Amino acid sequence: MIPELGSFSLILAFCLASLMVVIPMAGAITNNQLWMSLCRPLSSGIWVFMVISFACLAYAFLNDDFSVNYVARNSNSLLPDRYKFAAVWGGHEGSLLLWVLILASWSYAVSLFSKNLPLDILARVLSVMGIILVGFLLFMLLTSSPFERTLLNTPLDGTDLNPLLQDFGLIVHPPFLYMGYVGFSVAFAFAIAALLSGRLDAAWARWTRPWTNAAWAFLSIGIALGSWWAYYELGWGGWWFWDPVENVSFMPWLVGTALIHSLAVTEKRGVFKSWTVLLAIAAFSLSLLGAFIVRSGVLTSVHAFAVDPARGMVLLTIMLIVIGSSLLLYAIRAPAVKGSASYTLTSREVLLLINNIILVVSTAAVLLGTLYPLIHEAIYGEANRVSIGPPYFNTIFVPLMGLLAFALGVGTFSRWKKTSVVYLKQQLSKVLIASLAFGIVIPVIVTSEFNISVIVAVVLAFWIVFSIAKDIFNKTSNKETFFKGLKALSLSYYGMQFAHFGMAVTILGVCLTSHYSVERDVRLAPGDSETIGNYEFIFEGVSLQQGANYQADRAVITVLRNGDEYITLEPEKRLYYATQAIQTEAGIDVGLFRDLFTALGDERGDGSWVVRIHYKPFVLWIWLGAIFMAFGGVLAITDKRYRSKKTVKQSQNESVLSGSSSSKPTMAAES
Amino acid sequence: MRKLFLLFSFFSFFWACVLPVNAAIEVYQFDNDSQQERFNNLSDQLRCPMCLNSNLSGSDAPIAADLRAEIYEQILDGRSNEQIIDFMTQRYGDFINYRPPLNSGTFVLWFGPLILLLAGLLIIWRMGKNSQKLTPSELTVAEQQKLNDILASKK
Amino acid sequence: MNKRALFIIPGLLFISMLGLLLFGLGRDPNMVPSALVNRPLPEFSLPGLELDAAESIALITPEDLTGGISIINFWATWCPPCHIEHPYLVEISESEQGLSFIGVNYKDDLNEARLFLEEKGSPFKKIIVDLDGSLGIDFGVAGAPETFIVDSFGMIRYRHVGVINHQIWEETFEPVISSIQ
Repeated sequence: MIPELGSFSLILAFCLASLMVVIPMAGAITNNQLWMSLCRPLSSGIWVFMVISFACLAYAFLNDDFSVNYVARNSNSLLPDRYKFAAVWGGHEGSLLLWVLILASWSYAVSLFSKNLPLDILARVLSVMGIILVGFLLFMLLTSSPFERTLLNTPLDGTDLNPLLQDFGLIVHPPFLYMGYVGFSVAFAFAIAALLSGRLDAAWARWTRPWTNAAWAFLSIGIALGSWWAYYELGWGGWWFWDPVENVSFMPWLVGTALIHSLAVTEKRGVFKSWTVLLAIAAFSLSLLGAFIVRSGVLTSVHAFAVDPARGMVLLTIMLIVIGSSLLLYAIRAPAVKGSASYTLTSREVLLLINNIILVVSTAAVLLGTLYPLIHEAIYGEANRVSIGPPYFNTIFVPLMGLLAFALGVGTFSRWKKTSVVYLKQQLSKVLIASLAFGIVIPVIVTSEFNISVIVAVVLAFWIVFSIAKDIFNKTSNKETFFKGLKALSLSYYGMQFAHFGMAVTILGVCLTSHYSVERDVRLAPGDSETIGNYEFIFEGVSLQQGANYQADRAVITVLRNGDEYITLEPEKRLYYATQAIQTEAGIDVGLFRDLFTALGDERGDGSWVVRIHYKPFVLWIWLGAIFMAFGGVLAITDKRYRSKKTVKQSQNESVLSGSSSSKPTMAAES
Repeated sequence: MRKLFLLFSFFSFFWACVLPVNAAIEVYQFDNDSQQERFNNLSDQLRCPMCLNSNLSGSDAPIAADLRAEIYEQILDGRSNEQIIDFMTQRYGDFINYRPPLNSGTFVLWFGPLILLLAGLLIIWRMGKNSQKLTPSELTVAEQQKLNDILASKK
Repeated sequence: MNKRALFIIPGLLFISMLGLLLFGLGRDPNMVPSALVNRPLPEFSLPGLELDAAESIALITPEDLTGGISIINFWATWCPPCHIEHPYLVEISESEQGLSFIGVNYKDDLNEARLFLEEKGSPFKKIIVDLDGSLGIDFGVAGAPETFIVDSFGMIRYRHVGVINHQIWEETFEPVISSIQ
């Protein structure tokens, strides 16, 4: 009964979504207040039915209802409850349900936090989100219902969740990732609503900013979680492979980052409006591309769902309708949009535009590298397939990020409209000297070698950090005390600086881990040891352990630091009963400055085991940086000026005083 | 058996080889560290021909193990990286190389981003120039006079 | 340039990407192309597998394979799909007398290989023993079963990955064979 209820809820949600497409939009066109105001109850109705539907599937999983085909394929009675719950999104159908639930939640959230939004804009925004909801609900109902029953023989037990997914990572990574992906639909819907209504102004940018920040923060965490999960779960010690599925999650993030910066210019200065709209469309389009690539199997990826070209066709149709029509609308409406303000080459506007160019070129490079095997094959035939992997992406991407880091430092000191070149030189020369000094001296002293790529990265990280510090110092120096100065700075200013600081942290993490990791694959008999730096790893032996739905060979490795006992690591090799799949669990000692990573390989005949031991300096910083970035994004949302209409003027004045923007509020100057 | 790997396509959100989810862990003895590093780099750069998308070092498919052993022997035989990559591409095509060679077919791939970046910067430069020119800068003396005249005449 | 035209570019890029993705849907993403098609057989000199006497080890070289079209099949007893395709190989080798079927016993236990062939019959004229898989690497093989069509001059003409059955034989092997006869 419960699965049928879930299925029925989906149908109801679909009906309401169809109404949400038509009625509020018709109301906005005919200026019918009642029709427009229906968008709020409709979006809450959709959300309620999606929650019911999701709860029904979760119920089926937790109660081992193997008569539901999807449950039978992705669960097992021995599976621990937390994984039974997470298994709801462990396969194509259920993760699609999560996708739609999150889309419904975002549109519900828009209707909740829309007190100061004109009703006709809200009606258009929710109507656009309704179109996406209708598309995906139809997709789910027609081809991918998670509630389908196995009519004849109900299996006694499920075939189990892929052991790889039986991990904490599955519980947290997909929800965050989808919150991010799908969250860009809000910025997208605002962009389309603005194009439709012809009101592409600073107010539009202001409404869009918090939603974009929120989605971006979720996506930052989601990607970082995925990377961290791969790092500790897969026993290879890597954290990013430039796999197509990783790339499609990264591209919306890159464009989203560009969008955040471009929205700032559009809100403050009223320029680059048509460019900002295009970025808003692009960010969500890339999310849809991601859904397509993960679910159609068009590219060879290690993470793809079961390959099914039929699903691909449906998704391609959704993309054609949603993206195609929005780009058509863009081509018709955007040329009429005029930016009025003037700016010079050293203005903050131009520096943010340079940031946009670098980020968009990076996205284009990732997209090109991801799709190039297809392009090459279309031209040269399938006998000449090429592979595009990490060597390509690193070669192209790393210099672009270096350029971005450099521009970031310059941008920190720039002013709207015009920055005096003398002032820039004066500010930057100090930062440059300091970052060169620290960036060269510290790595050379610590490692006693001169590695140019490490030095460039460390200099750039210091360049960012010192720019931030100098800027904060500049902005507080005119206050009586430093702390009063700090208090006067706006939250969105802190948000920006936190996110920028996060970038420096991630740069350091990526660079230092890549260059100074020590990786050893050794063969150890009980009692043998291996030494890396001042750590000695003593292999004590392997014992057989029973888990809930697996048995494991668990090794005990005692680690000595400078000869003193430090920690015991227990890497495992698990055999899952239901699938008979073998899965490694790394034993990791997480540290701020280095991780000790151990993984267990095969047993050799003489009682010795092959053991992988890695020493990974600063690896945690990669994800720490992402946390800083996401935190910065959240801080920026909590800035007063987004809260209500009444405080807008006031907070703008404050932000001018605090120096978060050196321009006068330009909201009124628009339109 | 291993062929069956291609029939299964498990889903996960991030990295994994299809069925053998364990990264390969093996012990190779080298004469010196530079050989070890070359071995690591080559087995990172070359693709496992059997897996969905992973390099030789990240896969424990049998063919990946064979190819790693081949790399190991060729390094000990004193062959250069180029020779080893040539050896592999002769047998498995450019498909096996995660670093696509630069030729007419990959020119856009390698230089497209650079060209795009330069084009973007050029556009910004010209926009900045134009915007400066278009700036309705302070009224000239003559214009100010004219404005004053107009305002005066209205009175 | 007309400024309006600029705003059509994103749409055009999107449509061409959509076309590319549509093209991508129609292909098999997991197919690994062979670099050896239209290239001569690699050099090798490996022992043959004799069914009866373990003693007689005659070396087989590429010269032994020229003079007619050969079908070279990489197989092993540890590979379930090889068991699946074996009966069909026996059948087709009997009906296609003009072709010489050559087996490559790939990384296998020789005794088990002999038992297997004794029990189920051998479709092969000659069987090359590739104990360590090095011939497999020279052929660009990724696993078993894989099958190559070699013309009478010793040129590799086609590579097939996976099981051969009646349909695949008719649809892919026969056209290639008749084109090189």
